[in-house]
Amino acid sequence: MTELSSLPPAQAVVIGAGIVGNSLVSHLAELGWTDLVLLDKGPLPNPGGSTGHASNFIFPVDHSKEMTQLTLESMRQYRNAGVFTESGGIEVARTEGRMQELHRRMASAKAWGIDGVRLLTPAEVKELVPYIDESVIVGGFYSPTVGIVDSLRFGTIMRERAQAKGALSVFASTEVVGIDVEQGRVSRVRTTRGELETAVVVVCCGVWSPLVARMAGASIPLTPAVHQMIDVGPVPHFKDTTGVIEFPIVRDMDTNMYERQDGSGLEIGSYAHRPILHDPEDLPSVEAAALSPTEFPFTQEDFTQQLEDALELIPDVLGNEAVGIKYAINGILSLTPDGLPLLGETPEVKGLWSAAAVWVKEGPGVGKSIAEWIVRGESEIDLQSSDIARFYDCQKSREHVRARSAEGFNKTYGIVHPAEQWDSNRNVRLSPFHAREVDLGAVFFETAGWERPHWYESNADLLDEYGDRIARREAEWESRWWSPLINAEHLAMRDRAAMFDLTAFCIFDVTGPGALDAVQRVAMRRLDVAPGKIVYTPVLSPSGTFKSDLTVMRLGDERFRVVTGGAHGMADLKWFRDHLPADGSAQIADLTSAFTTLGLWGPRARDILSSLTSDDVSNESFPFATCRTIELDSLRVLASRISYVGELGWELYVPIEQGAKLWDLVWEAGRPHGVVPAGIGVYGTTGRLEKCYRAFGFELDADYDVIEAGMAWGTVKAPDFVGKDAHVRHRESDPVAVLCTLTVDDHSSKDGTKRYMLGREPVLSKSGEPLVDARDRRSFVTSAGAGPSIGKHILLAYLPPERAVVGEELLVEFMGEHYPVTVATDDSTSVFDPENARVRS
Amino acid sequence: MRILVAVKRVPITGGRIVLTDDGQAIQTRHLGFTISPHEECGVEEAVRIVEAQGGEVVVLTLGPAEAEEQLRECMAIGADRGIHLVSDEEWDAQATAAALVEAIRAEAPFDLIVFGNESADAGNYQVGIRVAYALGLPIVTGLKGLVVSDGRARAEQETASGRDVYEVGLPAIVTVKEGLNLPRYPSVPAKLRANRKPVAAQAVGRPPSRLQKLRLVVPAGRGKQAEILGRGPEAAPAVVEIMRRLGVA
Repeated sequence: MTELSSLPPAQAVVIGAGIVGNSLVSHLAELGWTDLVLLDKGPLPNPGGSTGHASNFIFPVDHSKEMTQLTLESMRQYRNAGVFTESGGIEVARTEGRMQELHRRMASAKAWGIDGVRLLTPAEVKELVPYIDESVIVGGFYSPTVGIVDSLRFGTIMRERAQAKGALSVFASTEVVGIDVEQGRVSRVRTTRGELETAVVVVCCGVWSPLVARMAGASIPLTPAVHQMIDVGPVPHFKDTTGVIEFPIVRDMDTNMYERQDGSGLEIGSYAHRPILHDPEDLPSVEAAALSPTEFPFTQEDFTQQLEDALELIPDVLGNEAVGIKYAINGILSLTPDGLPLLGETPEVKGLWSAAAVWVKEGPGVGKSIAEWIVRGESEIDLQSSDIARFYDCQKSREHVRARSAEGFNKTYGIVHPAEQWDSNRNVRLSPFHAREVDLGAVFFETAGWERPHWYESNADLLDEYGDRIARREAEWESRWWSPLINAEHLAMRDRAAMFDLTAFCIFDVTGPGALDAVQRVAMRRLDVAPGKIVYTPVLSPSGTFKSDLTVMRLGDERFRVVTGGAHGMADLKWFRDHLPADGSAQIADLTSAFTTLGLWGPRARDILSSLTSDDVSNESFPFATCRTIELDSLRVLASRISYVGELGWELYVPIEQGAKLWDLVWEAGRPHGVVPAGIGVYGTTGRLEKCYRAFGFELDADYDVIEAGMAWGTVKAPDFVGKDAHVRHRESDPVAVLCTLTVDDHSSKDGTKRYMLGREPVLSKSGEPLVDARDRRSFVTSAGAGPSIGKHILLAYLPPERAVVGEELLVEFMGEHYPVTVATDDSTSVFDPENARVRS
Repeated sequence: MRILVAVKRVPITGGRIVLTDDGQAIQTRHLGFTISPHEECGVEEAVRIVEAQGGEVVVLTLGPAEAEEQLRECMAIGADRGIHLVSDEEWDAQATAAALVEAIRAEAPFDLIVFGNESADAGNYQVGIRVAYALGLPIVTGLKGLVVSDGRARAEQETASGRDVYEVGLPAIVTVKEGLNLPRYPSVPAKLRANRKPVAAQAVGRPPSRLQKLRLVVPAGRGKQAEILGRGPEAAPAVVEIMRRLGVA
């Protein structure tokens, strides 16, 4: 048998021949790569990972656009390979709360372009699934394109495609024992069958991925976890069926379970049992496993309630004494701390890629996307939420991964609010203002591991002050994770001033003789500005769409301070690092944990600041978009005059240990001016949306370009930058969609309750048809929130150009009903203070 | 008809058997547990007899607290109640038999007492015979056929040349082998019922053992073996031949 050592250096070594690895090698070969090697420690075609025991069904609709796109692409590939069997699928509701969630499913389907779905009455469910007891449900959500796949067969087909091109060598029963790294870059894979040189290694090892990545010094934060499944049969209802599946798959959402036909049997799976987590080190070897290393012995005691629940829904089948439980396992799959896959190059090691925590429903799409990312530097589907570079170091600890994975497990079919907060492992990253905030009754939301006040209960008096100007929310759903205090804090900021804890900012300095070239290469806008200037700039992908948006302060000839949102900060840091000059003439230092940021904004901000300093902070001396070090009392503070809330004011940066002192100074100085503490509810939503400021991950992603986002102000700078060619092309043609601001005209639902959109709802024509642009993208609400100063609820959405007209009347679907909305602005002009007089005052 | 079936919790081994570092036990960290196929057939047979003739099936085990799972499995097949002699220690065949005899005496009389022919792990082939001897009951071993009627049992042993048939008066003890019947899969209602059936548990102390285990040794096996019969359509005749040999074609 061939030894690896006899091969020429590989262009890429893919470890793991499950659904992901097999898909990946085929797509790499498709993109022209050769000398590919696929390894697995197990035998083929089923090496013993999670693919081998997967339930293999696919429901396309998900609230996440990214996951939906990956799933739709995967379904396309499965169909093309002839391994997809359409059965239809129904998510059934046992409660009215779930029915509301199914209305949200309908909206997500419309927003992501999945047609043909519909809500069913219990009787209609019964018609499609005659063995169900329709009396225990209140309705269902029917997806006709749901189906099952043969994931093992698909893997074989994909592997053989790459082999047929002469691009791939496959080594089964070959275990990786080491991955060598030289100067931060992958150089060699060592296995039980010899060594091989390579510059690219992709870890597609499912539950074993953490162990394999660790060999190279990288972290893949996932945990193996149990998903229980049983198979019962023979089911009399399936006696005359010929295929493997003819009846729709049922997801019993409220009990976290599914039931699907499997030939003459019925497979029942559960995400309802207690979270049962294992360690990757604890998985048995292929040889020692009784079934396979990822099929653990069934633990009956964890499944008793599930049997009761399943029996209640399907008594005709499961109540039949002749239908026996023939097979039961604790299947092992991967869970991650935020429930999303782990994709992309690891931030620790160049050339070491992760394609882990991927399920069968998105495997082929992930294979294609990772191949594109490796070969072209970006993937067609935006993988920002799944980017493995998203984690901060503290989010990679075993205990964090286990705590969040356990918490997320029982929400697999959960009704998860868009603003839902985690319970477990909180209070890890605390700002220096934290004690003050606790005293002020802050309600904390978590971002990037930081605890950030979302609003302050101590502002309760403001509710009386502003009375009717604050819209109360009547429906439970949109008042969850929300408070009218957000709107009150907003109004107080607009009237007086507010203090914001912005410690969660990700901050890094690019320094050295090559620093200017380095940042110019990454930023779309000119950064060859005078020291003391601040530039807000998009960061583009090679194809001219959004990789990020952030601000850069030029602090000196050779020092640039990049400030970006905490949530995406680590990925931004990696992007800048990846684009440093090879000659070592520029360096990056992560200063996130070195500095804290206090935001001070509002018409009284200058009065407050000037009472603390003898430095000149007048508009003439300290204009908008500039920064400088000033002295506030005894502190030396980097003051940066920009705003994300559309007000006069500053971001104030001090070393983190001086933060509490800074807070106290500003607080005391601000009290005579009526300063209030304000939370991220204002900073991230109400203040931002009144100014129509875009947010990365909401308006800005890889699906839209700068022109469409209405951010192509000025001319294109002369120096080259990533995405420049594409950006120039985009400028030369008319945009296919235009980011607009809409306001809601009437919030009244049919029962008279006022309802408030939260984001991601489909935008429809007045006749209720989805709006689709020339690139087949649906219009949906990218951000939604109150505009307390304008007295309206504000929505942002990309519209086809013919709809992007001020005054255009449209509809938005929310919880199964349509609400009238009107286009308020068709460019970046804001609905509050459109002249930007305040920020420049 | 009152029937008692004795069962033993044993690890489910499928892959390579791994021993603990001290060589005293099988590494069971990744293994599930069950009763042996012989015993499954014993429970099934007892349940069938009682289903046809009325009565009660009692299932008895000696083992750790977790062995209750195995009693519940038996009750999901149809046994009515369980007796659990709880001990975390390892018992030899002689001590096991003594403990079972005491438990059986406490619950007597039984018309039929069923053992597996041998345990799946230790394979001592002794416990049923020792119990029969102690209780002074007749025993027929290694059964692949059993008919109980009118106070008598017709017991069939499989031999190389055919079957030996015994008739024995009840009460009697039998040890049975896999193939006696095809045990049912438990239904969902049966599983749920099993959770509500009574199990009488009592701790038992192990008498000093007269056997001493030195260490376990895993014999050199042939491992998982696969023979490639051919590729594509050419493989068909070889596949057909194997199916013929297996009697499925």
